Amino acid sequence: MSVAQIIKSFTLWEFVKAHALTLRYFFKAKATINYPYERNPVSPRFRGEHALRRYPNGEERCIACKLCEAVCPAQAITIEAEPRDDGSRRTTRYDIDMTKCIYCGLCQEACPVDAIVEGPNYEYSTETREELIYDKSKLLDNGDRWERTLAANLAADAPYR
Amino acid sequence: MTSFFNTTVGLPYGWAWFIATIVGILAIALPLMLAVAMIIYADRKIWAAMALRRGPNVIGPFGLLQSFADGLKVFLQETIIPSAANKGLFLIAPIITFTVALIVWAVVPFQAGVVLADINVGLLYVLAASSLGVYGIILAGWASNSKYPFYSALRAAAQMVSYEVAIGFILISVVLWSGTFNLSGIVMAQKGVLNTPINGFFLNPLLFPMAIMFLISSLAETQRAPFDLTEAESELVAGYQTEYSSMSFALYWLGEYANVILMCVLNATLFWGGWLPPLDWAPLYAVPGIIWLFAKMMFFFFVFSWIKATVPRYRYDQLMRLGWKIFLPVSLFWVFLVSGVLMWMRVGFGS
Repeated sequence: MSVAQIIKSFTLWEFVKAHALTLRYFFKAKATINYPYERNPVSPRFRGEHALRRYPNGEERCIACKLCEAVCPAQAITIEAEPRDDGSRRTTRYDIDMTKCIYCGLCQEACPVDAIVEGPNYEYSTETREELIYDKSKLLDNGDRWERTLAANLAADAPYR
Repeated sequence: MTSFFNTTVGLPYGWAWFIATIVGILAIALPLMLAVAMIIYADRKIWAAMALRRGPNVIGPFGLLQSFADGLKVFLQETIIPSAANKGLFLIAPIITFTVALIVWAVVPFQAGVVLADINVGLLYVLAASSLGVYGIILAGWASNSKYPFYSALRAAAQMVSYEVAIGFILISVVLWSGTFNLSGIVMAQKGVLNTPINGFFLNPLLFPMAIMFLISSLAETQRAPFDLTEAESELVAGYQTEYSSMSFALYWLGEYANVILMCVLNATLFWGGWLPPLDWAPLYAVPGIIWLFAKMMFFFFVFSWIKATVPRYRYDQLMRLGWKIFLPVSLFWVFLVSGVLMWMRVGFGS
């Protein structure tokens, strides 16, 4: 060890420098956001909680083509369909197992009528596993609740599709 | 206080002394528990701020009640005792750690004359009691009957023992200079050091390196970063308290931080003037000594957290090398140096 090195190590020079750096950081603005009160912006393409949409007249969009069920890589979607009283083909059962879903967005890509979409909501944690197995009414409720945002997001993304 | 219970309340002397001591212990231990809760919060906040994070800020104003929420959570958990553990020792180990962390406070002077036990070998008592802390750790590691806690306990014991040797020599230089083992006496000896208006041995160029070495050794003694090998989570799961849960875990937690505060107070008391104001100037003495001591303690705690946020962890051989090959020879040499200088100052070479 050279003399300079010995002086450096006995005066803890590197430590003093490092501590000066961390002290500067101590007074810097925080990088993290204050989450429940502040949020990061969410892209229109964000793939969050699923929703089944309706037409403006209240008719559900889904025509039970089962393309989403077929394309789903995690096999999270289960659909059963029957003709309704008025003869139109509709789902009697539309379940998404949210614990299986990998949020790839292939279902909304596959959907010919923009019925199943992934919305901007990411705050739907539950206390039990059962609550994460969504049925048709839950998905339609989501659609009703988020419709304005969903429609706006689809419109914003439409030019790039 | 004994005379208050003796004459004013009218108790016989023995009872008056007993009750006065109990009151004194409570007056130290209860605020200490509160201080530990606050210091854990402060630790997390400082650490977070240096990493550009926010730290706990949800529970209570600015997250001040976070430690109490954590305590409540831990309190409500189940106490799990591993089936292969030595039950008696397993349960008594955290109690030992916690108790030992508390008993050292008996000799810490908070202000002129405000000390629970003003014994004239206070510093020896501090050394003895803090050495006992190793038992709580070794017993925890051994009684858990689990490999990683055992490794961690061995590391902790080796580390504490090695650095206590250096701390012993550092304290001897302080004792030589102040001429007393009594902590109040040591504080008083720091008044206007070297005929300057500054209170504190740190000003003494002979004792300043010792002050820095004591700060570093106290980090090792309390197993704080960069000497937190005992809880190196990449090698050992979480340290000697891995198998502990619920209140027995909380006792380790409290004991650890009570030790940290104690080391901060000892740093302040031994080298930085204790309850004396920083300047030997009459108006500053109007502020109660306990406030000066508390301010110095907070400063040292900030330094502890600051170091934790800055430096990476030492490797085990580096830790041992620093303890045995640098701190021990340097502090030993310094004892000779200090005593030589004192001899020369008092006797002179010629006579």
